[in-house]
Amino acid sequence: MSKRFRAFVEKEFYHILRDRRTMLILLGMPVVQILIFGFAINMEVQNIRIAVYEPQPDVYTQDLTARVEANSYFILKETPHSIQEINERLRKGEIDMALIFPNNFHTNLVHAGKSQIQIITDSSDPNIGTISTNYLRAIIGEQQKEWMSLQQIPYEIAVTNKLHYNPEMKSAYTFVPGIMGLVLMIICAIMTSISIVREKEMGTMEVLLASPLNSATVLLSKTIPYLALSIVNLVTILLLSVYVLKVPIVGSLLLLIFVSVLFIFLSLSLGLLISTLVQTQVTAIIISGIGLMMPVLILSGMIFPINNMPNLLQWLSALVPARWYIAAIKKIMIQGLGFFAVAKEIIILIGMIVVLVILSIRNIKPRLG
Amino acid sequence: MKTLKYLVEKEFKQIWRNPIIPKMIVGYPILVLLIFPWAINFEVKNIKINIVDQSRSSYSQRLINKIDASAYFILNDITDSYESSLQDMDNAHCDIILVIPPSFDKNLVKEQKADISIVANAVNTTQGLLGSNYLTEIITDFSSDLRYEIQPILKVQRAQNLEIVPRYRYNETLDYKVFMLPAFIVLMITLICGILPSLNVVLEKELGTIHQINTTPVSKFNFIVAKVIPYWIIGIIILTISIFVTWIIYGLYPSGSMVALYVASIIFILGITALAIVISNYSDTLQQSMFLVMFFILIIILLSGMFTPVSSMPVWAQVIAYVNPLTHFIEIMRLIYLKSNSFVDLLRPMGVLILFALIFNGWAVVSYRKSS
Repeated sequence: MSKRFRAFVEKEFYHILRDRRTMLILLGMPVVQILIFGFAINMEVQNIRIAVYEPQPDVYTQDLTARVEANSYFILKETPHSIQEINERLRKGEIDMALIFPNNFHTNLVHAGKSQIQIITDSSDPNIGTISTNYLRAIIGEQQKEWMSLQQIPYEIAVTNKLHYNPEMKSAYTFVPGIMGLVLMIICAIMTSISIVREKEMGTMEVLLASPLNSATVLLSKTIPYLALSIVNLVTILLLSVYVLKVPIVGSLLLLIFVSVLFIFLSLSLGLLISTLVQTQVTAIIISGIGLMMPVLILSGMIFPINNMPNLLQWLSALVPARWYIAAIKKIMIQGLGFFAVAKEIIILIGMIVVLVILSIRNIKPRLG
Repeated sequence: MKTLKYLVEKEFKQIWRNPIIPKMIVGYPILVLLIFPWAINFEVKNIKINIVDQSRSSYSQRLINKIDASAYFILNDITDSYESSLQDMDNAHCDIILVIPPSFDKNLVKEQKADISIVANAVNTTQGLLGSNYLTEIITDFSSDLRYEIQPILKVQRAQNLEIVPRYRYNETLDYKVFMLPAFIVLMITLICGILPSLNVVLEKELGTIHQINTTPVSKFNFIVAKVIPYWIIGIIILTISIFVTWIIYGLYPSGSMVALYVASIIFILGITALAIVISNYSDTLQQSMFLVMFFILIIILLSGMFTPVSSMPVWAQVIAYVNPLTHFIEIMRLIYLKSNSFVDLLRPMGVLILFALIFNGWAVVSYRKSS
């Protein structure tokens, strides 16, 4: 029994190892994704292109313009000649925001003690719109303090901010757990489902099923190489995130690996279930590729926080296995929490595995056609 | 020409016969546009806050009331202990902690200034930052309330009343859905027109039917064009359904040139389909081509500015984003949908899409080999 089983697993390994190109991609995909997420993807708002409109330049408008120019978040673009020009450049996407001074800015502010500044932001992306407006407000506020020549504004409350768990505010802290979920899910679910359905389509499945091993064991033997491959990927991701992205593993490494292996099992059984449901590789790819990618990208909490979603979607996201995995990884890896903090996630993951395995065993047909 | 007609007919029959593709063409855009836009929201609401009030004074009580009244925050606990609050944060009972030190009221009265500290959970950086920004705003507001109460005593300072008037253009309600809907349409077209054709040529290889095609006098050009055309039509159908769905459900319609929108889509789909066929030409098995496609599509999606701004990427990533057709297609869609751009405004990104389509269609024809 065990000898036959080993032979089956070996056969599966040969299949994978022979296909150099797929191997390269499977091993390279997590590396590239870690690098993109770690270095390229950034939620921080930077390089804001701003134009300043001064109908009547004076000392004050120049003060403020100079302060904006000196700020590293802003890039000062050429001075527009009219409000119309500003609108046109905003519409074409040549600038992101505009600062508009009124006439007689200095006179009004100094003598009447009162004036107005207008900020126009391209808020197509509301996040960028509000954040860049806030940056500019802060700069204006500082300049105002200087104009008022105040050391201290009365009743000022000084606020110290501390960002817990992620003091340097690195986006990588947010993304690494997400990439682990995405990569493991894609590799395990898609690979297993395709490789099993492929045998069905090619007709070799009948040969396998005619062997003395029972059908469940045959399918099990097909998942083992992908389990091995996924563990290699897991190790790569962890090494890269610790040594290249400098995201530390605060909690227990053992627990982290345990939860990850659990998730790999889950993804493998999902692939198994898909393979028992469909007949052609193309359908398997559509379901596991297009069907799984969107929910994992969007409903798993990988990029977009789940507690901001409407209730119906929060409930829907509970069905996405990656959501629980990513939540657990965040707790262990970033927050450094122990077993009891992730007990709920572990129980849910195990429950999902049980359901998927039962469903796929019920669906396996020892005969084809 | 006649050969081409038959080839296209063959492709269509194959697609229509698939149990899932025809349903997906209609169902997928509707489902995606109904569900996913609601998921994308960076606006942070219902932030659970713990207040460590070591001052227990009338001032701290006023500040607490002000926070409690704000729509952003839900008061989880008022306590004396910072440690227990940190524990609450570990267990996700609270997202942010405000620490009011013991000397808060004394300092306010005597020195007219005080310190306060905020500790935010920043596992998700954007959320942590936004939460602490909101809280800071409330505190600033609180201190200016106090200032106004005693204003009669203060002399009117010069430059004191500077009013800042912000205008949020193109998306006045600051609704994330408005920003993301055009991107979702692009995402669906990319996934369907990028993945499906890549499975096509290689499937003929696996099933051996490609040898039959190779022995016929069908030219390389006709063969590839026949592969591209059906997906081109499918892409246009998806686009049209999506435009209707976003209009009916969200009331959002392209305020710019509709002609430009369709022209850009047609060119983009031609390009992305050709990219898929190039990958397919180089692969021997479905598995291989699937993973190659996934690999490239994930990269072009992540580096397109769909979810995160291109302007905050490092230079090397911006270079990739610039040669990435998806960046330009999303830009075109957003400019047309939100900023009512006309055809003439969009000539530059349109040019990049044309270049991309020409290169990849040429490559697709050249890389297809009739003899092995």
